[in-house]
Amino acid sequence: MNREGNVYTVVYASVMVILVAVLLAFTSQSLSKKQKENEAVDKMMQILRSVNVTSTAADAKNIYDKLIKESFIVNSKGEKVEGNAFDVDMAAQLAEPEDKRLYPVFEADIDGSVKYVLALRGSGLWGPIWGYISLDDNKNTVYGADFSHQGETPGLGAEISKPAFSDQFKGKSVFNKEGQFTSIAVTKPGLPVEGKDYVDGISGGTITSQGVGNMLYHTLEGYVGFLKEK
Amino acid sequence: MGKLFSNKQKSILLGPLSKNNPVVVQMLGICSALAVTAKLEPAIVMALSVTVVVAFANVIISLIRNTIPSRIRIIVQLVVVAALVTIVSEFLKAYAYDVSKQLSVFVGLIITNCILMGRLEAFALANNPWDSFLDGVGNGLGYGIILIIVGFFRELLGSGTLLGFQVIPEKFYEWGYVNNGLMILPPMALIVVAIIIWVHRSYNADLQEK
Repeated sequence: MNREGNVYTVVYASVMVILVAVLLAFTSQSLSKKQKENEAVDKMMQILRSVNVTSTAADAKNIYDKLIKESFIVNSKGEKVEGNAFDVDMAAQLAEPEDKRLYPVFEADIDGSVKYVLALRGSGLWGPIWGYISLDDNKNTVYGADFSHQGETPGLGAEISKPAFSDQFKGKSVFNKEGQFTSIAVTKPGLPVEGKDYVDGISGGTITSQGVGNMLYHTLEGYVGFLKEK
Repeated sequence: MGKLFSNKQKSILLGPLSKNNPVVVQMLGICSALAVTAKLEPAIVMALSVTVVVAFANVIISLIRNTIPSRIRIIVQLVVVAALVTIVSEFLKAYAYDVSKQLSVFVGLIITNCILMGRLEAFALANNPWDSFLDGVGNGLGYGIILIIVGFFRELLGSGTLLGFQVIPEKFYEWGYVNNGLMILPPMALIVVAIIIWVHRSYNADLQEK
């Protein structure tokens, strides 16, 4: 058989592609249930971290069910909307026009007081970043925050997922004294910002740090309707 | 070990660790050696993943080497590598979610690692599966050892930690020691690789170019 002929080459390529496609489809199908579970557990762990509760993959679901008493969806005016907050895909919501976006809110019960957990999403240097920020029941003071990223540089931008960065947000306010929404700025270490609360960014991770600042501003802006409602 | 490895096979397996190292001698895979070595842990996981992928890709290509039409052999190699990397990444997502989150895009980037294509072209296409497997493991480890050395120094000097644990005592910082921020930026990875090459070549005079 002529292995250099056109017919052989085309048939070889087609068979190979079909075989590989079947193999990959099979792998993806058979593992997807497990992957979805991992993702859900990971999301619960992130939400729990934002209220300063550490959990492991094994106990995350139990702790989540115990602490997160209620969850609901709000629109940009702050009105509650039907639906399951846990399934809200922030990436899809941010692609919608501003007045049609839906935002999830998780109510955590920490030692008898209510904390509101809000979802965040934005872009870093290489890809999407996201996170959760929890506010005290005055809907202004930050109780805790947690950030995740898809592919920021390890040791630089990726440091946003470390407590050393996210713990800085505790006690900061998203509204200024006049009650205007200001969000929280992320700046170069040591550089103060007028008129709003700020935290230090990460040296060498400037774009990612700016990304966190922008993410906070643009996502929290959508929650203002809900946050102003007392 | 005895008859398990012939002398030739020993040199296939061990050569890439030093005299024939893919990174410091052949200058392949430099880009990923810069990208994942800011911390030691991703460097180790990356080293293992590349070893697994290059070993199995070598075996598969070696098994089908007599059927591959030479005009599309690069495409065939790419498909095999891409399929393997995708499968590895899917398995990590299902069974080692934490690791897969850490490596994130770098798993996908294994596909573009020049060492893989280099070994497939240069070795697997012309050798039997067992030799190819050894060659893959040897080259994976040769790549990994450099990654780990670079990661070790960058994390130690850049962050004062190793695998996330603080190793430089607090006292040093009180005395005025400061972590070298430049170490965690890519240029220092290049300089560390260059220093390794310098040391390596001064021990192996036959590798020095005239």
